[in-house]
This record gives sequence, C-alpha cells and structure tokens, in this order.
Amino acid sequence: MSKEALLAVEDLSMRFGGVTAVDEVSFTAYARDITAIIGPNGAGKTTVFNCLTGFYRPSAGSLVLAQDGKQFRLETLQGYRIARDAGVARTFQNVRLFAGMTVLENLIVAQHAELTRASRYNFGGLFGLRSHRAAERAAIERAREWLDLIGLTARANEAAGNLPYGAQRKLEIVRAMCTGPRLLCVDEPAAGLNPHESAELARFLVAIRDRFGIGILLIEHDMSVVMGISDHVVVLNYGQKIADGAASEIRRDPTVIAAYLGEEEA
Amino acid sequence: MGWAPRLKDAALAALVAFALALPLAGFQTADTGQGFTTRFDWVAIAAGAAFAGKLLLGLVPRRFHLRQRAARRTALPENQAMPIAGAALVAFAVLLPVLPFSSRALVDLATVALIYVMLGWGLNIVVGLAGLLNLGYAAFYAVGAYSFALAAHWYGLTFWEMLPLAGLLAAVSGILLGLPVLRLRGDYLAIVTLGFGEIVRIVLNNWSPVTGGPNGVNDVPRPTFFGMPIAARAPEGVTTFNDFFHLAYNPMQRVMFLYYVCLAAALVINWFSLRIRRLPVGRAWEALREDEIACRALGLNPTTIKLSAFAISAMIGGFAGVFFAARAGFVSPESFNFQESATILAIVVLGGMGSQLGIVLAGVVLATLPEFGRDLAQFRMLFFGAAMVAIMIWRPRGFFSTRAPSVRLDPP
Repeated sequence: MSKEALLAVEDLSMRFGGVTAVDEVSFTAYARDITAIIGPNGAGKTTVFNCLTGFYRPSAGSLVLAQDGKQFRLETLQGYRIARDAGVARTFQNVRLFAGMTVLENLIVAQHAELTRASRYNFGGLFGLRSHRAAERAAIERAREWLDLIGLTARANEAAGNLPYGAQRKLEIVRAMCTGPRLLCVDEPAAGLNPHESAELARFLVAIRDRFGIGILLIEHDMSVVMGISDHVVVLNYGQKIADGAASEIRRDPTVIAAYLGEEEA
Repeated sequence: MGWAPRLKDAALAALVAFALALPLAGFQTADTGQGFTTRFDWVAIAAGAAFAGKLLLGLVPRRFHLRQRAARRTALPENQAMPIAGAALVAFAVLLPVLPFSSRALVDLATVALIYVMLGWGLNIVVGLAGLLNLGYAAFYAVGAYSFALAAHWYGLTFWEMLPLAGLLAAVSGILLGLPVLRLRGDYLAIVTLGFGEIVRIVLNNWSPVTGGPNGVNDVPRPTFFGMPIAARAPEGVTTFNDFFHLAYNPMQRVMFLYYVCLAAALVINWFSLRIRRLPVGRAWEALREDEIACRALGLNPTTIKLSAFAISAMIGGFAGVFFAARAGFVSPESFNFQESATILAIVVLGGMGSQLGIVLAGVVLATLPEFGRDLAQFRMLFFGAAMVAIMIWRPRGFFSTRAPSVRLDPP
C-alpha cells in the first residue's frame, strides 16, 4: 500500500545554547494517518512541535509539508503562515482557548482568513457587504456542526473559560479544525482527563481523521490512547529518535522499553 | 467587637487624617509677602471628623458594610435594556441645547464631555479590545489637534479639510508607535507608550519655529456651515451663516453648531466601533488580548492585527483632537500632558473595559466632575480623587463590564 507523504521531517535539530533539545530527527507523517510522537519527559517532543508550527526556528534540518501538489518549507515560513497557508493547525499542552470569548467566537476567530477575504479585508464588511454576511452565516453553520459533534451546542454563547476541562480540550481541537488544516498537531490531548474521557477523545480523533482525511500528529503520554489509535509511532529519547514503526512493533522494541523503564541488566 | 479596638481603629484613622491634612490644609501661602498662614483648626477638624466617622462606621452592623456589598454589586450586565438606554441618551444629547435649563456654558461643557467620550472609545479599541496598555494616548490627541491648528495657521486649510487629514496623520503616527512596540506587552508596552506621549509633547513644546512652542497656536479657525462661517461679521466676499438664513447672530449658535458636529462625529465613531467589533479584525483584536500565541497558531498575523488596532485607535484620537482645537480656538502642549492620557485611561477603566455605554457614562462623569467641584476651589482635585475612589469601591469593575458576545448562536 503506497501512502501519500504529508510531512517530511529531515535531520531536524534544535539547539538552545549548549543544549541540544532535538538532535537530527527524521521521520515522515502520512496523510490519513495518526502519527504519535512519544518519549519520556524532556525527550524533545514539544520542541519538535514548536519547530513544526513556527514557534521556534530550527537550528538545522528541513520540514517539508506537501499539500495539493504544493510544497511548503515550514522552517522558512512565519508562524502564522504555517497555519494559514500550509494548513498546519495545533493545540497546546496547556489549553490555550480565548477564555473570555464565547465558545462560538473561538470557532469564528479560527475562520479568520476566510472571513477576512469575504469581507474584502474588513472594508466591505463595515458596510454590510452581502458576501461577508453570507460567509459569516456559513462560518456560524460550520461552527454549529462542530459543536453538535462535541455536544457543546447548548453552551455556544458561554465564555469558553467557563467550560469544564475536558470540554475545553475538545473545543481546542475543534477550533484548530475550523482553520481547515491538512495536518493537525495535538499536544497531549488526554492530559488531565480520566480514562473514560481519554477513550472518548481517542475515538474523537479517529473520527475526525476518517471524516476529513487529514493527517494527525499526536504527542501523548497515555499509552492506551497512543497504542489504540496510532498508525505509526515515533519514539524520542534525549532528543534523538530511537524507534519508528507501527504501534505493535514499538511495544516490543527493546530500546523503547529500556528508555521508558531504564536499562536492563544484561 | 469591643470598645477598645474600635477606639484604636478610630484613633488610627484620625492619625492618618492628621498626617494628610497637615500639609494639605494646615498651611496656606499668604497673598502678600513670602510667608504663610497656618490653619491648624482645619487640621483638628479633619482629624476629629475622621475619628468620629470611623467610630460611627464601627457601630454600623457588619452586613451593611460597603465592602461586602460591593462584592455582590460588581458591575451591571450589559443586557437587552442597553439599546434602549443608548437611544434615550442619544435623544437627550440631541435635545440638550434646546432644553429649558440649557445654557451656553452647559452646551460647551457637553462638547468637552463628547470629546472625552470619543477619546474613551478610541482608547478602548487598543486597551479594552486588543488588550495593549497605552499610557500615551494624548499624543494622538495632540497629533490631531496640532495638525489641524498648524495646517490652518501655515496653509490656511479649513476644519472640514483637516478633519479627515488629521485622522489620517494620527493613524500614521499610531503605526509609527506600533511598529517598534510589536514585541512588547504589559508593563513594557506601557512604559514605551508613556515615553511616546512625552516625546510628542516635548517636541511640540520645543519646536518653536513651527509649533509656536509653549505659546501654542492661537488662530485655529472655527468649523463653517458648508463654507459659511457662523459669525456676526464676515470678511469681504464671504456670506455668513446668519446672513444666509437671516438669523440674528448669537454666540450660542456657534457653540451649538460645534456641539452638533461633535455629536454627529461621536455617533459615527460609535457606529464604527460597534460594527468593527463584529468584523474579523475586531474579533481578532479580542482574540489577541486573550492569547497571542493561540492567535498565531490559528493563522492570524499578530503584526497586522496590532498595527490596525493602534492605527484605528489613533485615528479616533486624532478626530477628537481636531474637535478640541476647534472648540478652544487654541492649542498648546500643556493640554496634552500625561494627566490627559491618565484621564482618558481612567474613562476606559471606569466605564468597564470594552463597554461603549460605560465609557459614555465615565466620560461624562470625568469631564464634568471637575466643573461641579469648582465651588470647592482649591479642594477640587481632592474632591475629584475622592469621587474616583468612591466609584471604584462602588463598582470595582467599572460601570458596565460584562462583555456582550460579538456573535450568537441562536437555537435552531
């Protein structure tokens, strides 16, 4: 089965002064795949994410995202253009919603680029341009569909910061999806959730992958989530890639076990 | 609580009152010579009043305590009654000059209040919506006022020609301030904007050949009615408004005309502010206030969002500056000092960050309080400060602070 490569990471390195957080890591994420990046604390997982989404500029290496026959060199793009043009959306380890704005507004802000175009860069919207009003209705409709999916429609007009934690996590994923991404990067989505909520979240990720045909890049500590839904697992330790393969192979890989449980006596 | 701690509390209050009153009220410079007279009886009265007041306050049952009540009554929610209240306010503003108790001084004061309301709305965009603290807003006010005054003085441009141009110039100055501070937030941003405000004032003060230095510019023209000045007599070849409509000239007409122009501008600015909040850029401002990093991750360009907030906020400040210059007929750097920036910021905070109606109330209160305090002569600022403290105890989060969503999902 030939798969369509979505993201090719090649020899990615990130150094902070003398510390090498990520050391020549290469891997490929495929479209319609859930690729998990796992590793002990401090292995460099979030640093890879931050390089990918433009929050850090990598010290070396390349990040190429293929989208509809076009290629984006993510390491050269400005942060906001990675999301807007290349179609890479992300969520954060510590949820970053617009807490003071309503649930619905969070999802409308995510559709900023489209609405800005439809409003003729706001000037048309100021005078009630028809195309802007139509685009806004469409944006609200899209938001409503997403809210129906996560069961938050009834709370659409409440401040996002008032939602329970689990709902905030889901809302953040949905908000990222509202940007219409090709690649969704989720950073520890199950952190702080109970086993029941984690399982539900895992099902949710699979559902959006199946429905929108996007690639998902997942950082997660909860192995039940990782092993249950990942098509492909990349293992990092001390900034280096130590294993890369299907979840079933990774589970049995001695170097991975050693990294997680400590070196075994020979 | 027993009597001993109550007496101790009261004594402490009296001591504080004594320490404050001694330098503030205890000495008065004499009108003649270099000496001063003492007024220790005033100090004694202040200390005695504080003692008695604190003691009486201790007798009030705890459930009536101001602080506890304030906790429950923080701010009024912005609800369905708001549009009605807004419409009533507009109707009142339109009718104000023809109401029986109206006078020239009152309409003039109302014009000042309108200018402050405009400034409050302008600053609200950058502080209340975009969450970027600006302590130098008077600089944009000055850019607007001075560009009108100087263009009129040197090039003979009129009010109506300069109104859009001054707004544009102020917007440009807003971008000029915005560019270097793109990376700054919070305290650091506040310091730089404070510095910017002072730089503008100092330049105006010292660039005497152009700006007239501390003496300012004296000959700022009044706005005309479609080219016709509102005056008793006109220069050769110009028809006055009064001749054209066969009205006897009355100085009240000029004040009223400026008031109505100001009111119209304020209504346009209000419409614009309400509208822009519901546009992508307005939502992006609020999102930026909530979380800049999340904004970037969603594909919003923080640079353009910040610059647009600075530019539009400055533009409104520039418009207000033109009205200020037209009202006073005179501009000088002293009108644009830090005190002015602080007052405008106080209007935004007092109104409840982000509330249009709250800013109207706060603007009117802050513009008129010093006038009502005029009878208190030298204690005017003391009265002003006390009033602000009282308002902040009564409404710690401003008059109206509940945010109205920019878009709602109606049940299907």
